[in-house]
Amino acid sequence: MSETAGVPAEKKTGTPVLELRGITMRFGGVVAINGLNLAINEGEIFALIGPNGAGKTTVFNVVTGVYRPTEGQVVFAGSRIDGKKRYQVTKRGVARTFQNVRLFHNMSALENVMVGADAHHRTGLAGAALGLPWHRREERDGRAKAEELLEFVGVARRMEETAKNLPYGDQRRLEIARALATDPKLLLLDEPAAGMNPTEKEELQGLIRKIRDTGRTVLLIEHDMSLIMGISDRIAVLDFGQKIAEGLPAEIQTNQRVIDAYLGVPADAS
Amino acid sequence: MNDTTNRNPLSRARDGYSSFFDTLRDRWATAPRWARWVVYLVLIVLAILLPADGVGSFMSPYTDWPTLLFFPIGGYILLAIGLNVVVGQAGLLDLGYVAFFAIGGYAMAIFGTKMHMSFWEILVVGVLLSAVSGIILGAPTLRLRGDYLAIVTLGFGEIVRIVANNTDYIGGPRGIGGIPHPPSLSEWTIPDNGFFDAIGIGGVQPLKYGALDGKPYYYLMLLLIVAAIIFAKRLENSRVGRAWASIREDEDAAELMGVPTFKFKLAAFAIGAAIGGAGGVVYASQSVSIIPTNFPFILSATILAAVVLGGSGNLPGVILGAFLVAWIPERIRGLQEYRVLVFGGVLVLLMIFRPEGLLPSRRRKAELAEGEGGMGGLGAEVGGPVTVAAGEVGE
Repeated sequence: MSETAGVPAEKKTGTPVLELRGITMRFGGVVAINGLNLAINEGEIFALIGPNGAGKTTVFNVVTGVYRPTEGQVVFAGSRIDGKKRYQVTKRGVARTFQNVRLFHNMSALENVMVGADAHHRTGLAGAALGLPWHRREERDGRAKAEELLEFVGVARRMEETAKNLPYGDQRRLEIARALATDPKLLLLDEPAAGMNPTEKEELQGLIRKIRDTGRTVLLIEHDMSLIMGISDRIAVLDFGQKIAEGLPAEIQTNQRVIDAYLGVPADAS
Repeated sequence: MNDTTNRNPLSRARDGYSSFFDTLRDRWATAPRWARWVVYLVLIVLAILLPADGVGSFMSPYTDWPTLLFFPIGGYILLAIGLNVVVGQAGLLDLGYVAFFAIGGYAMAIFGTKMHMSFWEILVVGVLLSAVSGIILGAPTLRLRGDYLAIVTLGFGEIVRIVANNTDYIGGPRGIGGIPHPPSLSEWTIPDNGFFDAIGIGGVQPLKYGALDGKPYYYLMLLLIVAAIIFAKRLENSRVGRAWASIREDEDAAELMGVPTFKFKLAAFAIGAAIGGAGGVVYASQSVSIIPTNFPFILSATILAAVVLGGSGNLPGVILGAFLVAWIPERIRGLQEYRVLVFGGVLVLLMIFRPEGLLPSRRRKAELAEGEGGMGGLGAEVGGPVTVAAGEVGE
């Protein structure tokens, strides 16, 4: 079913945690996103799908502060975050993973996650240089949190290994752990299943549900239709920077415009 | 690259050396706390005994050994520790590091001769001044990345020297003379008896800063070096060090994980500058007079060479690198003008056989193996293995 801009879909999980209001993103003459309205409700798993080049990752970049939208507003948890610095957006509770894994490759898995945990740490230079008590406490807490998260995503037994030596699937999960360490209300996953085998995808589904069950909202980009249809509460479809459909998985699967623009072509063409 | 079985003996020797130090490092990483303290203690005792005449007659047949230990050796080590924070840890290529050394030196000279402040007061003021100048340089320039940053810092180093050369108040090209020595803390003399004589430090007054004996200045420098090492090491193992490492690896990803990258880069600059400034203050306090040509660009390059040669990012490596870079040219003074040629040859050989440095940090070594940690990637170029232009995150 196609729907008009800004009208929330019928199945409401909660209040909107993230709202995109009339977002347009232009790069020179290229319009990557055109007048996009989107409301992600608290506690839902929301999928953003569409052909390559539809502007999905651009949406992520706008939400996380990488780009400042040409027009429109990004409202997160009641306040505007467009134009905020990237690390400030993260501190407010938006974390993400990347389409191409972008770990700190030569740091250990544990250190990677600890960088995320540091987002909320307050120790300054003096505290760190003098080894003051609160610094030690933060280090201890950060480490404990990181270990817990590595356990949570299932990479704990490799925590001392250098990130780039982990198998690909583990790298993806490590990236999720790193993002979770910043304690996000909203987690953006950019093609988390890319390059995973069926078993890994199965595990990933479970992991994403587990993340939602800890009270976080998940917005994901994915091309794997069985994964999307299996876990999403709602789906929005982008094509040429415009939302062509939004609704429940079953509605999206039968939507003629979506079939023409996207589902008709092989889902894996990336 | 991993095929080590049928290569020439030289390569095998190289691999042997490599694995020897890897083992050593792993041992160290798992060593119990007390064992480390024993090692630290032994190293400090050795450092205290280093200026002994017996050591000097071999290490430095041409120059006064304690003075040589103070500067260039001690001075280079201190500067290399400071530059390592900037280059090795935060991954920012600074080609004008000598500027902070100069600012420290001129702080000592100006406050000492014109305002008659004492050395210890000036040490504090000089360090703060250098740190502030680091921030002043960093605030507008750290928005630049890579080669641009290197060029701007190169310019800054030159600007400081040229300004000193053209400012009459601080003596222009004639510099400043009559810089006071630090006030002596104590006339205490190490007993001149059998034991201390045997180990070569009998009769030394370690806290009396006169014109003749270089040893007290060396001890002063040693104190600063130890303080700088503790300081740098603590930062490295804290969230600050992690933030620097993440910036070096992938600045965009770091920022998206909540690291205020600009703030941390500025902090690295300020700390590097403060350590360089401390070196400058001590240097000037010993040398009585300073002139602008004490602070040439080549000193920035030499310290950078020490950092890279020793193993950027790894403190023991950097210290070793600085020691060699300072000591070799003095040791081969007997070759007269050929010594620079030989020194250059040694540097080239080292870079051929140990491109990652003598004692690289494991992380750095890995970065080099990926081919992104050479001079070009010396951190100036921040970006992950998938180097993405600024802002092009994810796509």
